[in-house]
Amino acid sequence: MYNPFSLSGKTILVTGASSGIGKATAIECSKLGANVIITGRSRERLNETFSELESEGHTQVIADLCETNSLQKLVSEIKSIDGIVHSAGITKNIPFQFATIDKLSEVMNLNFFAPTELTRLLVKLKKINKGGSIVFISSVSGVLCSAPASSIYSASKGALNGLIKGIALDLAPRGIRVNSVIPGVVETNIFEDGVISEEQLEENKRMYPLKRFGKPNEIAHGVIYLLSDASAWVTGSNLLIDGGLTLQ
Amino acid sequence: MELQEFITNFANQFEETDPSVFTKDTIFKDLDEWSSLLALSIIAMVDEEYGVSFKGDDIRNASTVEDLYMILKNKS
Repeated sequence: MYNPFSLSGKTILVTGASSGIGKATAIECSKLGANVIITGRSRERLNETFSELESEGHTQVIADLCETNSLQKLVSEIKSIDGIVHSAGITKNIPFQFATIDKLSEVMNLNFFAPTELTRLLVKLKKINKGGSIVFISSVSGVLCSAPASSIYSASKGALNGLIKGIALDLAPRGIRVNSVIPGVVETNIFEDGVISEEQLEENKRMYPLKRFGKPNEIAHGVIYLLSDASAWVTGSNLLIDGGLTLQ
Repeated sequence: MELQEFITNFANQFEETDPSVFTKDTIFKDLDEWSSLLALSIIAMVDEEYGVSFKGDDIRNASTVEDLYMILKNKS
């Protein structure tokens, strides 16, 4: 069957695969024929994702990307891949006057330093095949806009935005493409700490012209476009999936 | 931990509202300056000053400054 978005024959590494966008992406990748390597911190939740992957040949690696040893172990277990989806990340809703270096470091470590170093090691060890595609789950926040109490989070995604453009240039000669997806708010457990009340989330939804938050699959399908050969001439771009949030 | 100190820390998060306005009985959500950003500031202040993690619902369930203080005491 004709399918320009097929991932058949490709091996894709997905970080943050135990929940949210990473989980949805891993599952959708497997449905489109990819061999998937999933990684996350929680054995139990990663196992759940693993059990939902379609067909055989997938791998799971428990790893904390902020720990050097854990990161190197993950890299050593990877032979060669055709794609990376950087989906591990955290939010932090904290007004700027409370944004201490400690709080900033916590977010930058996972949202920026970890995916940067993981990518660097895989590139340096030549583990990414020619024609490969690297996709970062970034955000509208920090690239196109921000939100109250989001300065730290926005900064981490803004840093990624610059990184992506730089890497895209450096890896173009190797035939490796680098892009990001920039979603608006997606229904995941990313707000499970409860700092933002349900009431406030309902109010936030009304800011979206399409009147709801995104679903993890709706982001995963954008990622799949960027992983597939359908986007063979796309590099250094931000794919906007935001329910119209940034239109007004 | 004292109520009076908490009231002062609470009042410090506000810019426009005069500190003298704040008592233990102040219904803070009725203040003109109250906003969702201020709610986040209160959560961050409680974390920084008292090492206690408030949730959005803790703020929602409180009406007066003293209500919040009681929630804080229960959590610390």
